[in-house]
Amino acid sequence: MTNLPLLSVLVLLPVIAALWVLLAPGGEDARAANARVTALVVTGLEFALAVVLWLSFDIASPDFQFVERVDLFAPFLSWHLGIDGIALMLIVLSTFLMPLCILASWQSISRRVPEYMAAFLLMETLMLGVFAAQDLFLFYLFFEGGLIPMYLIIGIWGGARRIYASYKFFLYTLLGSVLMLLAMIYMVSVAHTTDIRALLTFDFDPAVQPWLWLAFFASFAVKMPMWPVHTWLPDAHVEAPTAGSVILAGVLLKLGGYGFVRFSLPMFPEASVDLVWLVAVFSVVAVVYTSLVALVQSDMKKLIAYSSVAHMAFVTAGLFVFNRQGIEGSIVMMLSHGLVSGALFLCVGVIYDRLHTREIAAYGGLANTMPRYALFFLMFTMASIGLPGTSGFVAEFLVLLGTFSGSTWLALGMTTGIILGAAYMLYLYRRVVFGTTDKPDVLAMPDLSGRELAILLPIALAVLWMGIYPESFLAPLRAPTGAILARLHPVAAPPQVPVKPGRPVLPGSAGR
Amino acid sequence: MIQLLVFLPLAAALVAGLGNRAIGDVAAKSVTTGALFVSAVLSWIVFVQTGLGHGAAYTLPVLDWINSGDLHVAWSFKIDALTSVMLVVITTVSSLVHLYSWGYMAEDPDQPRFFAYLSLFTFAMLMLVTADNLVQMCFGWEGVGLASYLLIGFWYYKPSANAAAIKAFVVNRVGDFGFSPGIFGTFLVFRTVHLDTILAAAPGLAGSHFEFLGAQVDTMTCLCLLLLVGAMGKSAQLGLHTWLPDAMEGPTPVSALIHAATMVTAGVFMVCRLSPMFEAAPAALTVVTYVGAATALFAATVACVQTDIKRVIAYSTCSQLGYMFFAAGSGAYGAAMFHLFTHAFFKALLFLGAGAVIHSMHHEQDMRYYGGLRKSLPLTFAAMTIGTLSLTGFFYTSGYYSKDAIIEAAFARGTTPGVVAAIVGIFVAFLTSFYSWRLAFLTFFGAPRWAGSEHIQHAVHDAHDHASPEADAAHPHGTEGTHDSDGEAATHAPVHAQAPTGTGGYHPHESPWTMLVPLAVLSIGALFAGFVFHGTFLGPDAAAFWRGSAFVHRDLAEATEHLPAWVVASPAVAFFLGLLLAVQNYLRDLDAPRRFADTFRGLYAFLVHKWYFDELYGLIFVRGAFAFGGLFWSGDRNVIDRFGPDGVSRVVAGSSGVARRFQSGYVYSYALVMLIGVAAATTWFAPRLFGQ
Repeated sequence: MTNLPLLSVLVLLPVIAALWVLLAPGGEDARAANARVTALVVTGLEFALAVVLWLSFDIASPDFQFVERVDLFAPFLSWHLGIDGIALMLIVLSTFLMPLCILASWQSISRRVPEYMAAFLLMETLMLGVFAAQDLFLFYLFFEGGLIPMYLIIGIWGGARRIYASYKFFLYTLLGSVLMLLAMIYMVSVAHTTDIRALLTFDFDPAVQPWLWLAFFASFAVKMPMWPVHTWLPDAHVEAPTAGSVILAGVLLKLGGYGFVRFSLPMFPEASVDLVWLVAVFSVVAVVYTSLVALVQSDMKKLIAYSSVAHMAFVTAGLFVFNRQGIEGSIVMMLSHGLVSGALFLCVGVIYDRLHTREIAAYGGLANTMPRYALFFLMFTMASIGLPGTSGFVAEFLVLLGTFSGSTWLALGMTTGIILGAAYMLYLYRRVVFGTTDKPDVLAMPDLSGRELAILLPIALAVLWMGIYPESFLAPLRAPTGAILARLHPVAAPPQVPVKPGRPVLPGSAGR
Repeated sequence: MIQLLVFLPLAAALVAGLGNRAIGDVAAKSVTTGALFVSAVLSWIVFVQTGLGHGAAYTLPVLDWINSGDLHVAWSFKIDALTSVMLVVITTVSSLVHLYSWGYMAEDPDQPRFFAYLSLFTFAMLMLVTADNLVQMCFGWEGVGLASYLLIGFWYYKPSANAAAIKAFVVNRVGDFGFSPGIFGTFLVFRTVHLDTILAAAPGLAGSHFEFLGAQVDTMTCLCLLLLVGAMGKSAQLGLHTWLPDAMEGPTPVSALIHAATMVTAGVFMVCRLSPMFEAAPAALTVVTYVGAATALFAATVACVQTDIKRVIAYSTCSQLGYMFFAAGSGAYGAAMFHLFTHAFFKALLFLGAGAVIHSMHHEQDMRYYGGLRKSLPLTFAAMTIGTLSLTGFFYTSGYYSKDAIIEAAFARGTTPGVVAAIVGIFVAFLTSFYSWRLAFLTFFGAPRWAGSEHIQHAVHDAHDHASPEADAAHPHGTEGTHDSDGEAATHAPVHAQAPTGTGGYHPHESPWTMLVPLAVLSIGALFAGFVFHGTFLGPDAAAFWRGSAFVHRDLAEATEHLPAWVVASPAVAFFLGLLLAVQNYLRDLDAPRRFADTFRGLYAFLVHKWYFDELYGLIFVRGAFAFGGLFWSGDRNVIDRFGPDGVSRVVAGSSGVARRFQSGYVYSYALVMLIGVAAATTWFAPRLFGQ
């Protein structure tokens, strides 16, 4: 381990860069160029730091590592950071996607560039803060604050109905935040600490747990988003600029899942077990409902947004079966979905930049004019469907395997998602890439540029890596998952060997 | 060696696919074809060592894959007799199909992509059969599905090809709806996905129970039935068969490789691979038997009325897969695998022969516009005849050994399902003989009926215009398969109406050597593979050959020695009856089929519409899914949003003007709410904490 406060540097570097980007002198063009380059360099540096973090992380230990603590406003708000394997992987994911987002916005954003880049850099600080925070209120500040730059990105650089979209986003999240804050205040007043590590081992009164659980649930379910509080997501995605969608799908949607893992499961184990039916019902309804809705969409971004809701339902289902495959699968699903849906939104962005419409019907026959694009889009489509060899399979397989041990009904319900998922994604792919077109503007679309290739290729390689050798990503999850299971198992006993022995039949005599 | 065998096609696929236009057609084709021939040679070496030479089975680990809790999955190769048989089948047919495609696809502008897909498919199929655990098998399973999807939709500018590709993928996903839970359940029960461990433990679990969907069910029966659903999807068994005939939209070499010889046999392979599990679940075996028999019967009846040459062969494949299933259901796994082996040769031969005919007839696929081709295409005719003889089980051809073995084994099993399946099998042998000879006679005998074909007219017209090179290059295969049988049934009823005779001035030519050589090699296989190998696969020493890789009933082999004479003779009788019926209807009395269709309109329509499966599924599942999708979407907008955010904004703001002002200040209000919250929290419990 190193003496450098790595996490603080990681969290604070982007916000410092954001200030520089905003305050840098010069003419409009010079400031825009400065903003682009600064943002790219800093986000690249952030990723390098995250890799250093990953390499020097002690995988075997379930403890929080790289812990830093400065008691700013003790005792209720400390600058207290630290990460376990789960937070580590989500930090790596976030920092990996960031430079790609900056690259994706390189040309498509031409208005108020410094502000835009500053918003992204600020968002990086806040997102990394969420994953690194070890203080309950610090977490809350980052968690809720992370949405402010997102509002700005949608509200300023968004599409035609951006105000409606961000308003909807705001309304949904407001209610959840208030409830979660109340629950946090109660928790601190009972446990007399804001230290998350201490809270993780504090046993809350089982009679109060359901209320606390529900309050957190209100906030996390909106962020996931879970059915039926998902309707802000399609609108937000549709109106957001491409990079905004990537971060929204890639990282912000993971905040809810991370919240469940960090708080709901280990802090309120009794309530989690008692209220599991709620999560199961919402998850299975979400899979079927949103997959069918995705099938009838005519807007590419809406289709992928609805598919995100379905994938996030796999996360919630997997987390609340209380076994190792389910929880690890859910976290892999978060990582995989972050890559794949981010890449799918980037794919949409590529053709949106050329034709400025998201209508599926406007496209067709791209296999002919954009073969490289067709290949990447196919690859991410297959990853979204969960084809073995891609990250999506590992995630779906582990979640469903875990779910099956918990409830065969739930597992079968979720499995319908893999049929419908194939249907809506292949239907999308067919309408966009296959077929023929005689529309001159579609025929004139050039194939991927070098910059676009540089964005999509790293994600494609990561998707394959996670699909073929997921051990790199599973290993850091093992110890923290064990810690969560240890908190859960006094309540949710591991399933016994479910087979009742029968009369063994001698081989060869069966059926005679 | 195994690594080389399996990964060489992948490497070739990557080179050809990513290199594509940069490396050019010839390089892409040479790399992939060369790689496949190397793989084929290696496969035969493995077959001789491990299969014929009774070498020890072994497992080769490659790389860790998924480790989560007590789930341990690794990429590794399992090589035993069963695998070696599949390796030989896959790489032999695949390399021949690669070679054949040099000729068949010569005019296509996208050849590197085609060869890359073919090699990719071969890689996935090899991963499937070498899997030493269920998850890797699932990798191969889905991988071949992907390759099949890409190849069916290879001519992506054809809407029918795209529809067929999606259908193939989605119907197979429906199969996965059983296959995946089957794997999960197997893991739940055995706590491993490793095949050797599972198969060793399976007999001990016969008769045990576990909870599934809230009910106590027989463990092994439940697991086997779930896995069977997956097998039914891949092997196009009744109920999940609808994608296979549509898959004929793909180029013909694809049909030969994927939809006849290899991928569709994956289900049979899986049942044989897991035979110790199925043996522990007698009820599941009964289901396998009935599913197989029903499929064999259904597909054969439909094949009798199809007019598209590829669709006849497709339904024939479906029907033959039914044979393999009921063989496995009867416990005759060796016979099932043997039929898989011989079928690969003669069915690939028939498909490639049909491809040669289609190639010569300028992509006309409708047999009503064929006729009299034996004079123009003597070599193709000879190959197709050999294929037909083998398929219909003429004495001492490959099909004779394998099909008779299946019928005899099913009968010898002595159970009700076995006897029913054997009798169905004999009747289907009659139907097989009829539709196969019908195909041969319509294509190669009688007067030419080419003049009526639009494809031929175009070809002749183009030749006269001397404008053919450009026109041909622009739409090389664009019209193959336009005689979609659904549209056909609707537009030109009755199907058996005779097209006018005449050559239309067209002169079909024999195909190039790249296409004829594979036909010759496969002809040898179709003639002699049965004679050479039946002792190995089925004889008294079969147990020594399989060595546990597939379950062998010793008493079953013995019982087949003492069958009633009529059972032994009936496949031959069925062959001759079918041949006679075809001769009568398609050589002597050409008007008879039309009279039959007119007399039995209901039955005829039922068959032409393929028992109405597509119509029914289209109505229930496709329309249903879209209807519910639309309903739920309106639920999002009209229920959730209306009473959620939109409703709140109406209530809070009263009028839209106020709402807009409120909304535009949302960021600041939000930040404010949050800060107030934190401040409130601070003031509320600061004194409490400081007070301590």
